[in-house]
Amino acid sequence: MRHVSLLIALSAFWLLLSGVFTPFLLAAGLGSALLVVWFTDRRMKVLDLEGHPVHLTRNALTYWPWLLWEIVKSGWDVSKRILHPRLPISPCLVRVATSQKTDVGRVIYANSITLTPGTISLELSDSEILVHALTREGAEGLATGDMDRRATAFEAAL
Amino acid sequence: MNLVADILGWAFIAAGSFFTVVGAFGLVRMPDLYTRLHASGVLDPFGVSLILIGLMFQAGLTLVTVKLAFLVVLLMFTSPVACHALARAALHRGVKPLLDDKGDASSKH
Repeated sequence: MRHVSLLIALSAFWLLLSGVFTPFLLAAGLGSALLVVWFTDRRMKVLDLEGHPVHLTRNALTYWPWLLWEIVKSGWDVSKRILHPRLPISPCLVRVATSQKTDVGRVIYANSITLTPGTISLELSDSEILVHALTREGAEGLATGDMDRRATAFEAAL
Repeated sequence: MNLVADILGWAFIAAGSFFTVVGAFGLVRMPDLYTRLHASGVLDPFGVSLILIGLMFQAGLTLVTVKLAFLVVLLMFTSPVACHALARAALHRGVKPLLDDKGDASSKH
């Protein structure tokens, strides 16, 4: 199942990047895709839940737009603070608990934290993330655990 | 229709340029490494993504738009990793973050 979805994804990727639909190039694309599928599965052994998390696709459709909106909101907030004459920042370190069960889930959460302007994940362990926040409000917003819950719901697909 | 796409495209490009410039500005104004990382490592990908979205409107429904979309996704996956790697490397080399004087806000959970 995973092989087929990776093959389709790689072939689509090839087609969209090349845009040339001659028989030779189509065959070359399919051949390359097959080779990559074989290599990731048999040689590198990474064709698993982590290497090709296709099962997360449906949840990504709801999580990504929410995350984008969070990025826009906090990006605007950080920009205002940078341009403010008195530079009203209150940098602090905060440990936030993670409730994700898989490594993929934890990486999703840590990357989401970093992607949101105003918070950077410094260190990741099994149960918590050390976060550097630009402002105290940012740290408190993270401590409510809203993003943590959403990231956990995201990884819990299927 | 073409005019709408044009206006939207330029609005996105202008907004993206604004945030990129603000990010560069913050890089100069912030007091230490970690806070500078907030300005450059996080705000810049955001600005660049907005510029790329603006370019998508300019390109219309072509393969170029698809390639630009790939770039946005790539940026969204790689930039936080690079930012985290830089911050973590600094932390492990003993660069102390400059903290607000009201003390540690840790362990809220």
